[in-house]
Amino acid sequence: MIVYPEGVFYCHVEADDVAEIVEEHLLKGRIVERLLFKEPLTEETIPSYQDIDFYKKQHRIVLSNCGRINPESIQEYIAAGGYEAAGKALTEMTPEEVIAEVKNAGLRGRGGAGFPTGLKWELTRKTESDKKYLVCNADEGDPGAFMDRSLLEGDPHRIIEGMIIAAYAIGADEGYIYIRAEYPLAIERLELAIEQAQNLGLLGKDILGSGFDFDLHIKKGAGAFVCGEETALMASIEGKRGMPRPKPPFPSVSGLWGKPTNINNVETFANVPYIINYGAEAFNSIGTEKSKGTKVFALTGKINNTGLVEVPMGITLREIIYDIGGGMNQGKKFKAVQTGGPSGGCIPAELLDLKIDYESLQEVGAMMGSGGMVVMDDSTCMVDVARFFLSFTQSESCGKCTPCREGTKRMLEILNRICSGEGREGDLELLEELANHIKETSLCQLGGSAPNPVLSTLLYFRDEYEAHIKDKRCPANVCEGMGAVYVIDENKCVGCGMCARVCPIEAISGKPKEPYRINEDLCISCGACAAKCPVGAISQG
Amino acid sequence: MKSLKELRELRETLQKEISARNSAGKPKIIIGMGTCGIAAGAREILHTVLEEIERRKLDVVVTQTGCIGMCEKEPLLDVQLPGKERITYGNLKKDDVKRIIVEHVINGNIVTDLAIARFEEGRD
Repeated sequence: MIVYPEGVFYCHVEADDVAEIVEEHLLKGRIVERLLFKEPLTEETIPSYQDIDFYKKQHRIVLSNCGRINPESIQEYIAAGGYEAAGKALTEMTPEEVIAEVKNAGLRGRGGAGFPTGLKWELTRKTESDKKYLVCNADEGDPGAFMDRSLLEGDPHRIIEGMIIAAYAIGADEGYIYIRAEYPLAIERLELAIEQAQNLGLLGKDILGSGFDFDLHIKKGAGAFVCGEETALMASIEGKRGMPRPKPPFPSVSGLWGKPTNINNVETFANVPYIINYGAEAFNSIGTEKSKGTKVFALTGKINNTGLVEVPMGITLREIIYDIGGGMNQGKKFKAVQTGGPSGGCIPAELLDLKIDYESLQEVGAMMGSGGMVVMDDSTCMVDVARFFLSFTQSESCGKCTPCREGTKRMLEILNRICSGEGREGDLELLEELANHIKETSLCQLGGSAPNPVLSTLLYFRDEYEAHIKDKRCPANVCEGMGAVYVIDENKCVGCGMCARVCPIEAISGKPKEPYRINEDLCISCGACAAKCPVGAISQG
Repeated sequence: MKSLKELRELRETLQKEISARNSAGKPKIIIGMGTCGIAAGAREILHTVLEEIERRKLDVVVTQTGCIGMCEKEPLLDVQLPGKERITYGNLKKDDVKRIIVEHVINGNIVTDLAIARFEEGRD
């Protein structure tokens, strides 16, 4: 018996039950649970979140609410323990105690460089001034990185709470969240969250009766990559063109409008409530000797489980890629993983067992960066990847410093040349020379790290560069228009016609059982025919 | 709020309200509405859920959450029946939503072939 409009399915209904169904369900609208058809299975057949591979090795601190609570409800955040840390810090701790706790926890900047957060706060605290500012850097711009966006969309109050604690620690009464306009949903939820916090008295004057005042503004950025650099970011907030300036003076001494300013990344702030709630030791028991706590990574590329993961520092790349990420897509072979975005580097298969922390990544020529992790398989050309990242930094260079403005342009020209089959002897040495000059002489880290993708691929995949230059061949068959076209050895060809069928541009012709031919003018050197030939008759001439 | 004490009292009240709602209140449907979910079609899933509720005259709470990390499996939708564990469904299409509403929300049977995971109480 099925009752509409809901579609409730009652089974084993006997005449005596009908009265109850009419009374309870039809009149009162209550489903008679006793008579529902029940599948012979219990909830236990569905795996618990903690038991599925994707989550087993994760350790979720900053993401603990994401995907669980409603980000637009301050009530749900408070019910999950929210604002307890802010309340505790403001009413039961001195600013110095807050700083000491964060220092002992060993929290370091999650924006990439890894500067100790507590120390940064202390420097701003110690500068005497009538006015201080706190800034949240949400100018997430690395290709393939979306940690900050997800965090702001999924748990905006956590960032606000972290900022209240930081502002109290350094003595700031005003804060800015600098976020790109291309994150409209994150901005919408942040605006709502700020309003909710103001209405409850968690932002504004005399927060929780502590006598401490703090309020927050959102500043939307236009999406220039260089504005992630702190001095450029502050210039942008002031309404000036976003360009970096020399340091010192450091922002802790002279920042926004010349006042002492402390800037931290979104994820850094998101860690703070946990440290205040559970103490420095709970936090520093996770991680490696110098890198404590967890790190959020955006897992993308040729991997099965793309997504957002939070792992303890010191986990290996292999665990992230194979255990959490579910291994390579379509069973292909792992070639490299790019971490740290345009400032980072490509890490090869030999280093998959590397334990990740700030230092270890730097040692192998990559960096933690903000947390983008792009996984590549053997269909990826490493020269092309280096070219992609360099074309990104080249077009995002603000143009202030000659080495970055001109140098990246020249490097890109060389890479373009190599990828089109016109690489020359000496190009690799020239690339290295330019790269080292740019690194050493650029003012900010955009230029200072722009050559990293090129240097790290030159270090680990030099043979691919050489194949492009010497053999005019792209081993991954990505770069089109390489000089050498394919030819069929007439003596070996059995005339099966497989090559003609796979050629994407119909450059191969012939009759069955007679030798086939490739039209050299049409061939794009993709190598599809050579890969398909059953007798190995096709090679690059 | 004027003190930490008031905050703690508010939290207690809210926690009681939420647990009362979870054990005896209305069924709840929670849709993953981060940018990743929306890009994968979460808005269409939400519309289908609202349509089905309207058509079947159901008394169900529909709410949203952010990204839980499994972007690969978006759009995601959770069902929480009073007194039961919260179940996550993934890789959803419009027709799957209708099945979940009839089989799980109304008749209380988990749609096992679409379910991905469950939130186990007391474990983080």
